[in-house]
Amino acid sequence: MAIFSVRGTQVKGIAACVPSAKEYNRDYDWISEAERNLLIKTTGISSRHIAGKGTTTTDLAVPAAELLIRSLGWDKNEIDLLVLVTQSRDYFLPSSGVILQDRIGLPHTCASFDIGLGCSGYVYGMSVVASMLQTGGFRKAILIAGDISTVSLNYKDKSAYPLFGDAVTATGIEFNPGGEASDFNLQSDGGGFEAIIIQDGCVRNPPSDESHIEHEVEKGIIRSRKNLWLNGMDIFNFSVREAPKNITALMNFNGTTEKDYDFFVMHQANLLMNETIRKKLKIPAEKTPYSLKDYGNTSSASIPLTILTQCAEAAQQPRRWLLSGFGVGLSWASCSLFTDKIICPPVLEL
Amino acid sequence: MDDIKTFIGKLEAELEGLTPGSLTPETNYRQMPEWSSMHALILIALAETEYNISVTGDDLRSCETINDLYALLKSRTS
Repeated sequence: MAIFSVRGTQVKGIAACVPSAKEYNRDYDWISEAERNLLIKTTGISSRHIAGKGTTTTDLAVPAAELLIRSLGWDKNEIDLLVLVTQSRDYFLPSSGVILQDRIGLPHTCASFDIGLGCSGYVYGMSVVASMLQTGGFRKAILIAGDISTVSLNYKDKSAYPLFGDAVTATGIEFNPGGEASDFNLQSDGGGFEAIIIQDGCVRNPPSDESHIEHEVEKGIIRSRKNLWLNGMDIFNFSVREAPKNITALMNFNGTTEKDYDFFVMHQANLLMNETIRKKLKIPAEKTPYSLKDYGNTSSASIPLTILTQCAEAAQQPRRWLLSGFGVGLSWASCSLFTDKIICPPVLEL
Repeated sequence: MDDIKTFIGKLEAELEGLTPGSLTPETNYRQMPEWSSMHALILIALAETEYNISVTGDDLRSCETINDLYALLKSRTS
């Protein structure tokens, strides 16, 4: 079981950068007006930020990280660790995290690498950063999480296109030896790898002429092998089955109950799914913030973006957070985190 | 488990755009003109939150009428 406790992790600040261009689901004319209304009500997604052609994850990550560093008053030379959680790297190789070390202006003494996860990625990334900080060999760390998801979407796929938005977040984390423990529960099931997938473009299926040929899968769903495929029903079943069990196991591990947490921040998948998980766990609605309405599903950025946009004021006081990510992989994880005060500068639009 | 009348009432409340009384036990819900994959997700969510029962896409495809669906849920009621 990958349930464990890490001492001394202190989240100090969160910043985010999104593209300024927005799309509104009320204007999504691939489907009827009745379908659009049902979509908005069911998913909770009204609008999404969409990156322009050529804008990459690192293009959003650099201003997010610089805003974070500036807001925290950090000296770049004290940052010893940069972890990038993304599934939309700039290049096949090298890792985009390494490129970011240079673009942000961090010293060569900074360790940097990528973690290739999506929906669960923020919690996984936090667990990696926390574990490395606990060694005492690192002073300050930046966890960057986010994706340019929309580059892989097909407008003619109603099952995926209106759900995703682009965003990249930067979280500043320090080692505090006397700080409270953070607890993690990490899980995976690669048997479900096809539930969310981009089939072509990597080593298994290198890009070919066929990759761009569009196929009608069912009414309202036309896509190619270069596009993101989403099996909504399988993901729904998986998430409402596994996320509550994972969270319950975490709370059994650290002896907490729902009442011990100020906020329950889930990966922002869609409102219907998240509300089903919340109701199964009997967590009050007022403890469960959403950023879905204005940002949609922003992959690994969704948890920190929700904290930043919905809890910025509350985060100025000591808080205990229950974070939960679930989806592509299949991969899912939860985390119990105590924070003293999180610096939350307004979301940057590029 | 609710009786079928209560179950249908809850379904109509959750499924957008349906007029109360439009669903009967014999209704083939998947053939309804307004039926979409979004309705299927709403149905799965209802089964989870109201009855704590997991329903898959295959389950839904194996059912034709509201009666079939009700029987499936009832068979899984512990």
